[in-house]
Amino acid sequence: MPDTTAPDLAGPDSTSPHSAALASNGPVLVVTSLRKEFGSLVAVDDVSFAVGAGRSMAIVGESGSGKTTIARMIVGLERPTRGTITACGADRSRPARSARDRRRRGAEVQIVFQDPYTSLDPRQSAEDAVSEALRLHHDWPADRCRSRVTELIDLVGLDARQARSLPRALSGGQRQRVAIARALAAEPRVLVLDESVAALDVSIQAQVLNLLADIRDETAVSYVLISHDLAVVRQLTDHAIVMHRGRVVEHGPTARVLDEPQDPYTRRLRASVPRPGWKPTRAGSESS
Amino acid sequence: MLGVLRSTGIAGMVSAVVIAVATVFAAFGPTIAPYNPDLPSLGLAFVGPAGGHLLGFDFEGRDVLSRLIAGAQSSMLGPLAVVVGAMALGTVIAVVAAWRQRLTDTVVSSGLDILFAFPGILLAVLAAAVFGAGLTAAAVALAIAYMPYVARVLRGAALKERGQPYVAALEVQGSSASRICLRHIVPNMLPLIVAQATIMFGWAMVDLAAISFLGLGVQPPAPNWGVMISENEPGILQGYPLPALAAGLCIVAVVIAFNVLGERLFLQAQVQQAQAVRR
Amino acid sequence: MTVGDPNQNVPAAEGSVGAVLAGDGLAGGGPGGAPLLDVDRLTVRLPVGGVPRAVLRDVSLTVRVGEAVGLVGESGSGKSMTARAIDRLLPAGAQVEGQIRYRGRDISELSGGDLRAFRTKVAMIFQDPRAHVNPVRRIGDFMTEAMRANLRVPARYAHLRAIEMLAQVGIDDGARRLRQYPHELSGGMLQRVMIAAALLTDPVLLLADEPTTALDVTTQAEVMAILDDLRREYGLAMLFITHDLELAAAICDRTVVMYAGQVVEVRSSALLHQDPLHPYTAALAAARPDIERSSTRLRAIPGRPLSAFEAPADECAFAPRCPHASDACRQSLPALTELDGGLSRCVRAAELRGQLTVTHA
Repeated sequence: MPDTTAPDLAGPDSTSPHSAALASNGPVLVVTSLRKEFGSLVAVDDVSFAVGAGRSMAIVGESGSGKTTIARMIVGLERPTRGTITACGADRSRPARSARDRRRRGAEVQIVFQDPYTSLDPRQSAEDAVSEALRLHHDWPADRCRSRVTELIDLVGLDARQARSLPRALSGGQRQRVAIARALAAEPRVLVLDESVAALDVSIQAQVLNLLADIRDETAVSYVLISHDLAVVRQLTDHAIVMHRGRVVEHGPTARVLDEPQDPYTRRLRASVPRPGWKPTRAGSESS
Repeated sequence: MLGVLRSTGIAGMVSAVVIAVATVFAAFGPTIAPYNPDLPSLGLAFVGPAGGHLLGFDFEGRDVLSRLIAGAQSSMLGPLAVVVGAMALGTVIAVVAAWRQRLTDTVVSSGLDILFAFPGILLAVLAAAVFGAGLTAAAVALAIAYMPYVARVLRGAALKERGQPYVAALEVQGSSASRICLRHIVPNMLPLIVAQATIMFGWAMVDLAAISFLGLGVQPPAPNWGVMISENEPGILQGYPLPALAAGLCIVAVVIAFNVLGERLFLQAQVQQAQAVRR
Repeated sequence: MTVGDPNQNVPAAEGSVGAVLAGDGLAGGGPGGAPLLDVDRLTVRLPVGGVPRAVLRDVSLTVRVGEAVGLVGESGSGKSMTARAIDRLLPAGAQVEGQIRYRGRDISELSGGDLRAFRTKVAMIFQDPRAHVNPVRRIGDFMTEAMRANLRVPARYAHLRAIEMLAQVGIDDGARRLRQYPHELSGGMLQRVMIAAALLTDPVLLLADEPTTALDVTTQAEVMAILDDLRREYGLAMLFITHDLELAAAICDRTVVMYAGQVVEVRSSALLHQDPLHPYTAALAAARPDIERSSTRLRAIPGRPLSAFEAPADECAFAPRCPHASDACRQSLPALTELDGGLSRCVRAAELRGQLTVTHA
């Protein structure tokens, strides 16, 4: 039987330089008994977890596991059928009522999507996209906006020429960097990474993962990484929950979940990862 | 924009030239016409080309060429009003339906289906019966009749943009629905909107000319190509086809130009959409 | 034959390169003799905006009977283009230099009946099954089409064969599946159907172009196991194209690594990770996060992967990003040379032996 106690990852990371400021804040994201039904299909069933300030958590699963639905509920793109979501102490289980509310939520949790080719407005240059996001959350004079935009572009490793470019002139990795800069413009406490490196070449993926680690060091943002790639999960997160068909089947520190999986599905997942010397075996025939 | 025009090929560019000429006439027609388009001279009725009158005289002895040039104004303004009206209404309805989806979309789609049942000209005749003949009533009626076509085409494109992750990212940012629609969704539909408007101009011109021909649109003696066909029609049987034919040709030339350019722009818009999907 | 590459310096004797390409003396290969598939100095140029640009440069590789060869590369490496060239699916306007030989015959000379026969013997499995199957036709029609059209097999027999083959790929209720439409099957199921369909024409070579990239990792393991089993059972050769170095190394006998439209390394899979012969291979393997441990930072390769048409013609394409680059690397285009039973397009390969780390940060 899956362990039904909510994995509590609360507690700020005491090794982070921001720990003093964070110590009194408690978990930045708390999800309780989350459930989502699409008609008769139960996509997410009784999921609970908490993410501490400066910590990073992975939601691992394959297609149909419900991990993307959870991500969408956290950022407000889907409405939970039951259960609660709280970010930075404020409840966000129901859709925002006012524009001010929407913006406030945007300043708490942001998201970077998987596909770099459709997550930017094709008609907007990189700096315009970041600048628009910035002006949504801050009422600053033009020059302060400009300098902050430059800072963000710099933070994600793009140069001035790339900043002025339209998405079609940028590579997949560069576009993801723009998406990250845009998400950071709101200065969120939580950044949801929905398979954000899955569509990138291996060498670029490594660069972006390093970038994410750099950002985390500098801003103490918490990551919620949605991924099917166990190696990436290991690299970037300290806690993980494993989802299968809408339910949490296992949770715990990432290292433990990957090195000593308890649940049969987690074991199967772990055993499916190619490595030198790996010989795939057939689980059995499929008739559905 | 010049780049877009150039990529429509020779046919597209020639069409653009024709449209440009017609537009110039529409804007300055009455002032650049060589002779007074409204001065009748019954003794010269249906006289062929002579002296400086390249196209001869119409049934009331007015210079045909001057009348064509002056007539460009009402012949082009009418369709312009129809296009602007239909596009504005259609775009708003399409984007709202695509944004809100579910119930709103269903209601809107059903409403559009009902409107589809009314042919443009029929609606214009009805409007003339209720409000009296005239360009305004005809233009409004046509705009309403065309709007569903616009909405149907644009709704598909709007739905596609609505489903893109960049729109979701803007929502998560906290941007409002109207801002996202106006600043992001509509601009990304622009090539399609322009293409649709261009083709629609041609349709509107034909329909309005027909309505004016029937006497329900622009009223004589105002110069208008459709009206000119109807007023000079007796000339065809009497062996003086030039005035009516010349007016007809003007309509045909401009309509073809709009159709050709519109179709090419449409193709371009589709190519752009396809390219946006490819890596 | 082809025009020799004037930029080659000190090429290895053609016999030994050929022998290495053919896999002689490597991990349990097949019988000796001519290779089944021989790609010989293939260069392909495609018109981009009217200008011909190279997408493949001087690509050579061989596949022997019953052998599994992995073809690994990132975006722009040319791996998919190579597969398409082999299957004669290059886009119109492609300029081709070099030869592709199947059982010794130049495939560009095949036509009519010979070409159809070639297509029954060399079967392709695509990355996205849904894009390559007609959504308005039933699975049964799709599966039996090639048999009925090219091999003149009677419909009823073709049907039975299809059901048999579906069972081989682990689909038991074959009769029911044959009546279904593609949209009724999941991605994994559909890919199994594609594999079964590919095997129905009794091929001897499978061209698998990223067949599992779009699938879940557990489904991928399942599909790879099926491919492996069937390959061994029917003695099939396979050219397996993927971006996943670990996957290729795990299931293929030899691995070919491509970068910027060129082959940069050919190595027996068993040795690829412990003793790579090209800095790119080592860097690619090291850049990948390790599932068994996390590191502070990954060993990322600076810059981004070059496409073939961006690669310079007179120096090593990887030099700008290579931690071991020297002046010699920028003087001329390195040739593919033999080393320890493998091939490497690195001028410094011999001196870097043992220094090319694959370990992570």
